[in-house]
Amino acid sequence: MTMITLQGVEKHYGDYHALRGINLDIQAGEFFSLLGPSGCGKTTLLRTIAGFEDVTDGTVTIDGQPMANVPANRRPTNMVFQSYAIFPHLNVAQNVAFGLRRRKDLNAAARNTLVEDALDMVGLDGYGKRAAHALSGGQRQRVALARALILKPKVLLLDEPLSALDKKLREQMQSELRRLQRQVGITFILVTHDQEEALIMSDRIAVMFEGQIAQLADPQTLYRRPISRQVGEFIGVMNILPAEVKIAVGARIAVDVAGLGPVMLTPDQCPAGAKTGQTHVGIRPETMAIAFENDTDTGNLIDGQVEEVAYYGDMTYYDVRLQNIERPVTISMKNLVGRHVLQRGEKTKVRWDERSLVLFKQ
Amino acid sequence: MPSDTHTIKGLKLVSPPLLYAVLLLAGPLGMILLFSFLPQPDNPTEATFTLSNYAEAFNDPIYPELLRRSLLISGAVTVVTVLLAFPIAYFISFHVSPRHKSLWLFLITIPFWTSYLIRVFLWKVILGFNGVVNSSLMGLGLIETPLQFILYNPTAVVITLAHAFAPFAILPIFVALEKIDRSLLEASRDLGENRLTTFIRVTLPLAMPGVLASILIVFIPTVGDYVTPEQVGGPGGTMIANMIQLQFMRLDNQPMGATLSVLTMASVTVIALILLVLNRPFLRTQR
Repeated sequence: MTMITLQGVEKHYGDYHALRGINLDIQAGEFFSLLGPSGCGKTTLLRTIAGFEDVTDGTVTIDGQPMANVPANRRPTNMVFQSYAIFPHLNVAQNVAFGLRRRKDLNAAARNTLVEDALDMVGLDGYGKRAAHALSGGQRQRVALARALILKPKVLLLDEPLSALDKKLREQMQSELRRLQRQVGITFILVTHDQEEALIMSDRIAVMFEGQIAQLADPQTLYRRPISRQVGEFIGVMNILPAEVKIAVGARIAVDVAGLGPVMLTPDQCPAGAKTGQTHVGIRPETMAIAFENDTDTGNLIDGQVEEVAYYGDMTYYDVRLQNIERPVTISMKNLVGRHVLQRGEKTKVRWDERSLVLFKQ
Repeated sequence: MPSDTHTIKGLKLVSPPLLYAVLLLAGPLGMILLFSFLPQPDNPTEATFTLSNYAEAFNDPIYPELLRRSLLISGAVTVVTVLLAFPIAYFISFHVSPRHKSLWLFLITIPFWTSYLIRVFLWKVILGFNGVVNSSLMGLGLIETPLQFILYNPTAVVITLAHAFAPFAILPIFVALEKIDRSLLEASRDLGENRLTTFIRVTLPLAMPGVLASILIVFIPTVGDYVTPEQVGGPGGTMIANMIQLQFMRLDNQPMGATLSVLTMASVTVIALILLVLNRPFLRTQR
């Protein structure tokens, strides 16, 4: 079932076009992410869904209801703000109960029970009397969540809710948000600039650049088959190599990749309607490998020289220079038992597999 | 402890104005307090220290009446000023683009370029028998004879003082409104409140520290104002400060004047404390 439909949504601020023709369907119960660099329009898009921004053109439909002329306070959405927006003049329980004032069917006892349940759900049981300013960042975040979820919205909107937290807490909140979403079954829409966060949490991700959706896909497709060089480089690390399509006839696509040589690609590695000419291919660092003498993996081998080594503990990242190619490629290796770390300047063999190549549009 | 050296540093920094304040505020205050216990000049037989001034201040009906009237006029001035100042502060904070805010604040301070005394005289010109208001209304044929209820009475005092203190009231409210995180207002809308209920549930409580500051800033000095009632108040608009001035300067009765001063300050202090206590829930939330 479709929960949110956006059709041709445009948002202009004078000459600046923050959103350019957004078409999007979000399913009920889905964990959906809007991912992109700052200024790409993802927050504006979230705010048009929440009702804080009017659309210049196009329609927003939530649960079958057109949202034109419906103000934010009448929409079936609730938002967790980036700043959390905890009311400083109210304590935790009053903050959580803020939106319940309009529920005339509740008596004081029922209201208190709801507040306690909501605080319990986010792991803040017993914090009701705490003053808002006495909370840590993570606790504010939880209060903001409880305050929104207590109203049982059809859609929960999250505007970069984790960006202000430190790494450990952020990772903990990521899995907790995911658990909460499964538990309550509400449609979650997350805005984030953190591609890792989007990959971990989402059912589907829309990558946005300059007011447009560049690619809409599930995390695995997005990572393994980015539609463009821009998406590939934004999601994780991707080596971009110049390439020339020599033959493109049906399922036979022959490409000459700089540094790697000629390869045959399958149609699912290529954009629809690939034609001959100059373009680029992408390949992920973990799909390439330093070929150690004792490993028995298969694949193509090519000569290279280590230019830079970055040791991360569990992983080592090498920048390796290949022949006939301007920029070195990045290769990541797990630091398995008995595997040594190469030094700068060492000559080595690089193993790669044409199945991990992605061909981009000309 | 580092905080100790911090305190000492701070004390050193504030010591010149602190010394100044002690000499020119605490000193005279102590003198006034002392005077209020001295016998009046026409009663030289009394003991060195006496409470008879206070007894007189409570028993003679004119003094409590003047004090009551002063507090009422000041209260009216405060209510009028703050009620008018709030929308202006709100407008500048919420509806003026950030680039133009300082220009607006600058414009608001323009009345201060003229001396307080001249502004009082100007109101006399505006409100007088042949003043701007009356001649305009008569020229338009709206009235036959000049209005007399607009000058030489408490209304004129309220109008004049409200105008004089408006900028003092606007600025603290403006600062409090500026400090409100705008996402709080969006959060309130998001949680189902409309513009009006958002104002009542979020904006107003968060602006209360500024409103309270405005109330105190207007109320405290206007209780003791004597230029305005003297010039535009007429007999019905005389306030306690006029009586204090009379006692000190004309009747040469410093002890009575001092007693009335002490009682006025005490009343203002009590009212200010009550206001602070009533507003404690709003003041506590400041981060």
